[in-house]
Amino acid sequence: MDKIQQSLLEQVAGIHDVPQGAYSLRINGSLYGKNSSENINIVKKEDKPGIDIYIKDGTKNESVHIPVLLSQTGLRELVYNDFHIGRDCDVTIVAGCGIHNGGSESSEHSGIHSFYLAEGARVKYIEKHYGEGDGMGKNIMNPTTYAELAEGAYLEMETVQIKGVDSTDRVTKAVLGKDSSIVVHEKIMTHGEQFAKTEFEVELNGENSGAHVVSRSVARDNSYQKFISRVKGNNKCSGHTECDAIIMDNAKVAAVPEILASDPDASLIHEAAIGKIAGEQLVKLMTLGLTEKEAEEEIINGFLR
Amino acid sequence: MLEFRNVSYTAPDGREILKDVNLTISERFVAVTGPNGSGKSTMAKLIAGIISPTAGDIYFEGRKITDMSVTDRARAGISFAFQQPVRFKGITVKDLLSLSAGKDTSVSEACGYLSEVGLCAKDYINREVNASLSGGELKRIEIAMINARGTKLSVFDEPEAGIDLWSFNSLIKVFENMYSRTKGSIVIISHQERILDIADKIVVLSGGGIAEYGSKDEVLPKLLDVRAGCKFTKEAR
Repeated sequence: MDKIQQSLLEQVAGIHDVPQGAYSLRINGSLYGKNSSENINIVKKEDKPGIDIYIKDGTKNESVHIPVLLSQTGLRELVYNDFHIGRDCDVTIVAGCGIHNGGSESSEHSGIHSFYLAEGARVKYIEKHYGEGDGMGKNIMNPTTYAELAEGAYLEMETVQIKGVDSTDRVTKAVLGKDSSIVVHEKIMTHGEQFAKTEFEVELNGENSGAHVVSRSVARDNSYQKFISRVKGNNKCSGHTECDAIIMDNAKVAAVPEILASDPDASLIHEAAIGKIAGEQLVKLMTLGLTEKEAEEEIINGFLR
Repeated sequence: MLEFRNVSYTAPDGREILKDVNLTISERFVAVTGPNGSGKSTMAKLIAGIISPTAGDIYFEGRKITDMSVTDRARAGISFAFQQPVRFKGITVKDLLSLSAGKDTSVSEACGYLSEVGLCAKDYINREVNASLSGGELKRIEIAMINARGTKLSVFDEPEAGIDLWSFNSLIKVFENMYSRTKGSIVIISHQERILDIADKIVVLSGGGIAEYGSKDEVLPKLLDVRAGCKFTKEAR
């Protein structure tokens, strides 16, 4: 690993070198290293790029790291990662993609992640996207997440994209069984001419299933964000989606909610708010001695925390 | 310490809020009172620099601050506790105390500021200053922030509002402790007799001007008398 790759790794996974325990590290389009542990087996796919991750029933308090790094300009890849999570597991999965593009061609990583949670499994999934580079080439990331939750399963997703990704088209789909629930926290900040689209589709099929999707975003400069959420309540269930955006400069933000209930016991709520930073927030921080610019940064940092 | 020289303020809609006000504040505790709409909050905002006078000048420690920004006035030593504290998503009580103190406040320092305003520090220090906090909790945090700043001049806009469960005595103690550290001036906009009672000077605003100004012993009897007779409120109409 060179210095650039190490710094990318730190940005997306908070580590300096190959992770401890079970991991799979992909650099510039090929598998750089992987390690299985007693309970977590990582197998390279034979028919297409990607891996299968098998987590044994009852695995608790273990984690898997699967970072992807791209430092070669013009590289485009499509990777399939499938997670098979056993019954009553309680695990953390840390994914993330860092691109350093110093050239003039676009670099693109598209990951298709599928999660199959068995009965009673609990998963925390953390995904960070980060881009950098002094070239004119664009950094593109198009993640697709698909999740199937069996009875009593719980999936918590935390996705962060704060810097340097020129274009992103994120699709998250989840199908929920009885007593299962999904919680999604998304944080996005776009600058310059960046574009970010996120689309959530949750099908609440099981009795007492629940979904809670919260997106917080900041759109600056000339960037454009689009948030689409579709929650379908097909049983006695509860669904809540929330899109909260700060708009600045000449940015554009669109929020497109759709909630569809097909059961009288489905309770679905959508909230969406787009607005600039409240003037009184700026003034309050300025009365503490911050400049307007510092106040703005403080408010945004808090908002995206 | 603080001086208003012929200060007038006309609101953007043309309403004359303050007319040719002359006032010098240098005492420990100065209470500003008067009927609703008499210009009390306007006076506080003029001191903090949130609005600018349409005529006249404001001086702070001998220096003209009329054209100084909110930030520069804050740095020069002016603090302002809002009547209605502001909520922030994601920013914690500890963040605000750190920003107020101008340095990363340690947990024990933050606890000190919070317990002084009657909040159990461990319950609040990492709380977001968002809609989950009640109005009364926000008011106390607002006061704790001013305490953490510890500047020469502190202006409080109706600090007692919403602090029902917490006694006035505790609030007054906060002001006394604050003075013992800053040795500056504390300006308190209030309707509360018990707060007026600790003031070294009382300013009564009415109809856009200063109707009374003097020591508690001079002003308080008239004020109580006036409240009964509604002299100032009549004038304000």
